[in-house]
Amino acid sequence: MQAKIITFAVRFCATAATVLSPSSTLAQGPQKIPSTLAPASTSAKQIFDLSLFVISITGGIFLVVGGLLAIALFRFRARKSDSSVEPAQVYGSPQIELAWTVIPILIVVVLFLTTARIVFTIQDAPKPRSALDVTVIGHQFWWEFRYPKYGVVTANELHIPLSSKMAPRPTFLKLTSADVNHSFWIPQLGGKTDLIANHTNTMWLDANTPGVYLGQCAQFCGVQHAMMLLRVYVDTPDQFDAWIKNQQQPGRQEPSVTAGKRIFETQACINCHTVAGTAGTGHFGPDLTHLMSRATLASGAIDNTPQNLRQWLKSPDTFKRGALMPAMQLNDEQLDQLTAYLETLK
Amino acid sequence: MSDYPFPRLDVLEPVASDGSEGTLLEKLHGWLVTVDHKRLGILYILYSTFFLLVGGAEALFIRIQLAFPRNHFLSAQVYNRFFTMHGTTMVFLVGMPFLFGFANYIVPLQIGARDMAFPRLNAFSFWLTAFGGLLLYYSFLGGGGLYGVGNAPDVGWFAYAPLTARSFSPGHATDYWALALIVGGFGTLGTAINIIATIISMRCKGMTFMRMPLFTWLLLVVSMLTLVTITPLTAAQFMLLIDRYLGGHFFDTQAGGSSLIWIHFFWIFGHPEVYVLVLPAFAIANEIIPVFSRKAIFGYPAMVAASVCIMFVSLGVWAHHMFTVGLSSVSTAFFTLSTMLVGVPTGIKIFNWIATLWGGRIRFATPMLFCIGFLFQFLLAGLTGIMLSVSPWDWQLHNSYFVIAHFHYVLVGAVVFCIFAAIYFWYPKATGRLMNESLGKWHFWLFVIGFHITFDTMHFLGLLGMPRSIYTYQPDRGWNLLNLVVSMGGMVQGIAVLIFVFNFVTSLSWGETAGPDPWDAWTLEWTISSPPPIYNFDKLPEVHSRRPLWDLKHPEDPDWEHES
Repeated sequence: MQAKIITFAVRFCATAATVLSPSSTLAQGPQKIPSTLAPASTSAKQIFDLSLFVISITGGIFLVVGGLLAIALFRFRARKSDSSVEPAQVYGSPQIELAWTVIPILIVVVLFLTTARIVFTIQDAPKPRSALDVTVIGHQFWWEFRYPKYGVVTANELHIPLSSKMAPRPTFLKLTSADVNHSFWIPQLGGKTDLIANHTNTMWLDANTPGVYLGQCAQFCGVQHAMMLLRVYVDTPDQFDAWIKNQQQPGRQEPSVTAGKRIFETQACINCHTVAGTAGTGHFGPDLTHLMSRATLASGAIDNTPQNLRQWLKSPDTFKRGALMPAMQLNDEQLDQLTAYLETLK
Repeated sequence: MSDYPFPRLDVLEPVASDGSEGTLLEKLHGWLVTVDHKRLGILYILYSTFFLLVGGAEALFIRIQLAFPRNHFLSAQVYNRFFTMHGTTMVFLVGMPFLFGFANYIVPLQIGARDMAFPRLNAFSFWLTAFGGLLLYYSFLGGGGLYGVGNAPDVGWFAYAPLTARSFSPGHATDYWALALIVGGFGTLGTAINIIATIISMRCKGMTFMRMPLFTWLLLVVSMLTLVTITPLTAAQFMLLIDRYLGGHFFDTQAGGSSLIWIHFFWIFGHPEVYVLVLPAFAIANEIIPVFSRKAIFGYPAMVAASVCIMFVSLGVWAHHMFTVGLSSVSTAFFTLSTMLVGVPTGIKIFNWIATLWGGRIRFATPMLFCIGFLFQFLLAGLTGIMLSVSPWDWQLHNSYFVIAHFHYVLVGAVVFCIFAAIYFWYPKATGRLMNESLGKWHFWLFVIGFHITFDTMHFLGLLGMPRSIYTYQPDRGWNLLNLVVSMGGMVQGIAVLIFVFNFVTSLSWGETAGPDPWDAWTLEWTISSPPPIYNFDKLPEVHSRRPLWDLKHPEDPDWEHES
């Protein structure tokens, strides 16, 4: 009952925040608010349920202790009619003090045992054979995702398959960093895990509702930390297989954009970027082989539109000042051609 | 001297050579070369009040930037500098100097001593601390170095390696940050040693350990904790500088170093540091709550034991800042338990304060109002602390605005509230004049309202997934309105602090004359004139209980008959 009331209160606050927020839309599509209160995976749900339990205990403590404080302040306030004699001096009471030492210890024991159970359940969960492996590498200021079993490399938008009780297919992430520390956090899909260079962490996700889930880097990593956004697509098995199949193709070679491809291959682009099947094999920047399969550019800072792409190539500072991509100093014709080429990388 | 209701302990008229005469230049020179604990205490407090305004202004700039999504008030880099400087300033140039200022001023008076144990070390420590602050702020001018890249440090106050390596932080900004904390850190260590030595060796006749005022007791505990916590920070700063200039690889992940080593070092300092800041706040509340409830503190031995217990437990909880770095499940469980255990002694303290209020005759003067605000906010901060100790939930809340809200509840809601309480409480002792009471109430109510508008709201931003340290956010995340509310609360707090500064300055000339004991209090500092003579006590006092002035005022029912 208590838990239900709290769930309701918490959900109410979340909804209120959503509705009151000026730009919120009630449209379907990507779940825009990365709320910890709307869990969509097994671990996020376990954490959410645990948090309701903890809120009910701490809320109870708050009511009792805060209530005692309020009563004391009201009942024992100085009044004009008081005599000048000091109130009775009380120096302590071993019995009472023992009571308010033992009760908190008991509460701690209960909280600890409940917490420890969830820690071991989530952190030491066995990895099923059906699990998908993805390696996540943090960069200033974007995400690299590698699917070793499929030979797929992509950036900033992670695709994972739907997992259900009937057909569990969790995704196990290996996380590390190419430079400074970052942190992988999709609130609706569970807690965060840090990406640390020269150190590998692991975590797992098993989303149970298809859709797009938003998050962002949660460990300060330098000037554009705020624009190191992250999105996870939870695909149905068919969608996921189709996506993988497309990602496995080399970059498209359309004759109409040979000029743009030539710019890509003869300028500094290839020092940092890869397009499979071309001379571009750089690793410092995101893999562009299927750039057009992504909804956003610059790690989620802007929508993936031809205008944005052209402006990004011309001057990344427009959108993300401090991003490591340099302005490429191309003339307008070259920009048009390069944009046209990149637009074909479906 | 008929207005003194009890035998005074400074019967001589103040002698002329206390530096209060002469030209302005001579007076300033007197302040510069002083080794008097009272003057150094005042210097500490003025210094930290100045930086409180600077750090507060930085916070307001941060909040203007975050009031609207995709705002362009500050650039990303300037924002990152401001939040780094805000954090570093508030912890090292405001929190600790304030509390050491009070310790400097009050501890020798409370234990019936004429000065600190090492007056010259005291002055040296203050000036080291002061130069540390200047060095940090000089980075705004000199941080770019010859390369001209960047100026003030922009790596966060926690400065996680390897972001601080020269490849990621060129220029000298990070060097200023490290050097400032090293210099200031030595100052802090000097003061801590001094306070320990003073309390151990300078107590007046009859003042056994179990008769010391709780303020003094807690400052002893804090100083011991300081010795243990500042040391690893200083060591880590040296390692960082060795990495940056002498080819060390402690934190250089490209060369086999470890970022985790820095994180451990930082939080082995950083978590006990929270208690270094909050225990003096408890100390202040321990003095003020009994006086304004007109009752002895409830459960004095338990309060001492709880403080010592907090000191030890706080040394074993640092990895709760690291639940997301990939600890094993066993260490996660261990640090969950140790963190939850802190709740037991802090719970004892809160219960004892409420029991002190219970049956009292509570006077709601400004110092007491701030202490009541502290009690309420510290209760909530403790409970959100319990939530964060629940490690799976912390995987969600870590580095989110929930954490920002939680630690501002501790550092503002508890520490800053107690600092204000202490200023209103001891201002008459140091200046001879009371601060204006109605301005004080305006300050309190505006500050408490602004505080709750700001920091209560931040909890919800954290639950809605907003991470810390971001200079802007996307307009479609549902954080817009809440951020605007947080920013408006910040402005209300800013106005409250300006009222406080106005009150602080004007009361110096126009405040009501205080007399030696304006609050009808019980510890030794109230037995001498306000401001105290340079030698404090003409005749060293002798005490028989924890409340020597109670004994003098109530000879029919002295404390020593009840104390165990």
